[in-house]
Amino acid sequence: MKDLKLRRYHAPVWSEPVIMTMGQKGERGIRVPGVDEEIANRVGQARSLIPDGMRRKEQPRLPELSQPHVLRHYLRLSQQTLGMETGIDISEGTCTMKYSPKVNEQIARSPQVLEVHPLQDEETIQGILEIVYRFDQLLQEISGMDGFSFQPGGGSHATYTNACVFRKYHDLRGELEQRREIITTVFSHPCNAATAATAGFDVITLMPDENGYPDLEALKAVVSERTAGLMMTNPEDTGIYNPRIDEFVRTVHDAGGLCFYDQANANGILGIARAREAGFDACHFNLHKTFSSPHGCEGPACGAYGVRGELTALLPVPVVTFDGEKYHLDDHRSRSIGKIRSFLGNLQCVVKAYAWTMSMGAEGLVQVAETSVLNNNYLEKMLLEIKGVTKPYAEGKTRLDQVRYSLEKLKNETGIGTVEVQRRMVDFGIQSYWMSHHPWIVPEPFTPEPCETYSKEDCEYWAAVIRQACEEAYANPDTIVNAPHHQTVARMRSIEDVDDPEKWAMTWRAFQRKSKHHKSDGSRQR
Amino acid sequence: MKRKKLGLIVTPIAGIGGRVGLKGSDGPEILKRALELGAVPESPRRAVEALRRLEPARESIEVVTYPDEMGESEARECGFAPTVIGRVRARETTAEDTESAAREMMRFGVALIVFAGGDGTARNIYNAVGDRWPALGIPAGVKIHSAVYATSPANAGELALKYLRQAGSIPLRDAEVMDIDERAFRENRVSAELYGYLKVPYERNRVQSAKAGSATGDAVAMDEIACDVINKMEDDTLYVIGPGTTTQAIMEKLEFQGTLLGVDVIQGKRSIGSDVNESQLLKFAEDRRARIIVTIIGGQGYIFGRGNQQISARVIKKVGKENIMVVATENKLLTLFGKDLLVDTGDPEIDDMLSGYVRVTTGLHRSIVCKVTR
Repeated sequence: MKDLKLRRYHAPVWSEPVIMTMGQKGERGIRVPGVDEEIANRVGQARSLIPDGMRRKEQPRLPELSQPHVLRHYLRLSQQTLGMETGIDISEGTCTMKYSPKVNEQIARSPQVLEVHPLQDEETIQGILEIVYRFDQLLQEISGMDGFSFQPGGGSHATYTNACVFRKYHDLRGELEQRREIITTVFSHPCNAATAATAGFDVITLMPDENGYPDLEALKAVVSERTAGLMMTNPEDTGIYNPRIDEFVRTVHDAGGLCFYDQANANGILGIARAREAGFDACHFNLHKTFSSPHGCEGPACGAYGVRGELTALLPVPVVTFDGEKYHLDDHRSRSIGKIRSFLGNLQCVVKAYAWTMSMGAEGLVQVAETSVLNNNYLEKMLLEIKGVTKPYAEGKTRLDQVRYSLEKLKNETGIGTVEVQRRMVDFGIQSYWMSHHPWIVPEPFTPEPCETYSKEDCEYWAAVIRQACEEAYANPDTIVNAPHHQTVARMRSIEDVDDPEKWAMTWRAFQRKSKHHKSDGSRQR
Repeated sequence: MKRKKLGLIVTPIAGIGGRVGLKGSDGPEILKRALELGAVPESPRRAVEALRRLEPARESIEVVTYPDEMGESEARECGFAPTVIGRVRARETTAEDTESAAREMMRFGVALIVFAGGDGTARNIYNAVGDRWPALGIPAGVKIHSAVYATSPANAGELALKYLRQAGSIPLRDAEVMDIDERAFRENRVSAELYGYLKVPYERNRVQSAKAGSATGDAVAMDEIACDVINKMEDDTLYVIGPGTTTQAIMEKLEFQGTLLGVDVIQGKRSIGSDVNESQLLKFAEDRRARIIVTIIGGQGYIFGRGNQQISARVIKKVGKENIMVVATENKLLTLFGKDLLVDTGDPEIDDMLSGYVRVTTGLHRSIVCKVTR
């Protein structure tokens, strides 16, 4: 690994108070002028339009601040965060934090998109409907499915939609009473199990076999006439692509179940492997990850959900159709699972993803997959040279878009593990890494994902930070134990400290209520 | 600043038999043989390894310990000036020394007792303090079946340090104290018993487990498991409830006083047998359908043959494999690091029958498929 000089960095520390404690009585941001007399005479009191039962009895206890105070406050808070475009965001593995070209943002912010009213007549939004229809066609080509819905507002929402589609399918066949079980794998995204349970199914989870693949023999042992379906992620968050995926599908199909392919980790297989060829009945893509409409707090999300064959009739309404001349919103589909979200979903996400896909072209998508795998291999090579870092499971097998590494060796040899290393890395101007989805099977895990928009130098810098932290763990553990040193917040509380609902308040009102019951020394009043 | 008191007990001979292939160190003869074979005590070295993690806070910790190798020497090696209490009579320390040390430390008001040893040591600590005092094991023994030990000496040190610094925010949870009969073990027979539960500080990063695996999470999971099992109960079926905290949660949900370390029998949501033995179980199951509900006992992954020998091969044969329900929290399953579940009923035929895959109930409507081997 190259000997890189780590950046000198320090986060701003503004010591901002909570906004609820700021301002002065009578301080105002905007003074709204009174209503003209003529208008008031004609319309009457606005207050009279609100039914008695909905009217506040007291003024809300909002802080009173001027415009510059509000602006200053939030700008300061924003400066105290490490945004995805100020640092190298390889850290957020499984999130596919790729760079999102600004031109797509500009398109999505054009008045034609931004100012569409949700209740506008379909005649007047033909352009938007055309984008939705065309993007549906593109995703059909990419996945091999026969129809997509862009209604789900995120990946988990898409898997929930799937659970509802499976439920409807068995219900229509009169088998729902019998088919109560959904099978998933422990390295799949937890939303597969969670949404299946939310839809009322019993959830059976498969553990990995000794090679790190989901255990096919375990699947065979539990699949039965009670199986409603399989919902699994591939490649899983370990970065391992399951080479026997088609056998999993066949086993479930033979028992009369359906199969859903969670493709939130599609970045490494884009344009290379399709859900249809693996035999799946349904799949999803996260437009906010793989298709570049930004992930995280920079915009709304969309879990594009696709199905094949007869399942297209079950997709949520409305579905965008085309009669050869005009685009329509079809709300009347007798077999549909119904509505899962209001109006057309997060349209801006679809517009940005469509723009991105068109700019990449078919070859470009393949290049995305190849570059992200290449980046991952390069990063893996560098990280595995660091003392204390290991890569459990599937020895000798190539990973795709990401790797779930382990710091167990470091922890056992130094007492310093993944939480401490995570706290230290933010001292070098990069985001703290994502450790693992629930549950922690890989001990002391961390999961970086160097997708295609990161340069070789970005990967090298990221690896150098991990090396620095691991070397400190052996040579100078105090530096790590007391980290971070250059951050806004000097100490993060552990999850154990903050998961006690007795102790913590989620809102200002709850805080005020609880603080009344606590003495000044923090102990509880009896 | 008031210093925090940490109790330290090292059983110097624990682990001595391991490297020379003697499977344990219980009893003076074995100890003699081990020493003749050139065995070197493991636990002092491991205790030092753990204490090193406490060095940064040396000024704020008062180590309370027993003389010489029972803790004093190890503490001094790490730069502590320990408060030495008690006295050791013989040259080689005994189980009684460990027990009296633990009792005295409790009286001395230490915040936490850390002990280096194996299953025998855990048992001695349990005999002395029961579930009345927080304790944590530094793993040093040959055969550790108990779940009261940290994953490594360094982690034991870190966890102890954190517990001393932030008592109140580190939860305590019940962990099994188990021990096997070493004489039988040397003859390749294993006879493990569940002795009880110690209160052990718990932090997910030190005791390998789930991301959301707080102690509160565990309690919720046990409650969910109990609901799932009770929902599936049928009035005409007899339920044999094995030992353990997870199965005990089922009894508590049904508002029965269960036997934590023994086997209970219920039917029609009524208790019909408490702390029963093998022959009573056979008699109960004679004329009606029965189901067995067991959990994983200890840190090794056993579902039969450790701590629940009352549910013998004959009982299992009578009840049938299809009528066995295994329950465990996800946390507990994950502490096995992906190892298989184990059975050792003493009857190879039954062990073979039990091998394969089992659905372990981990919550309400949730299960994990685990491989079972003998």
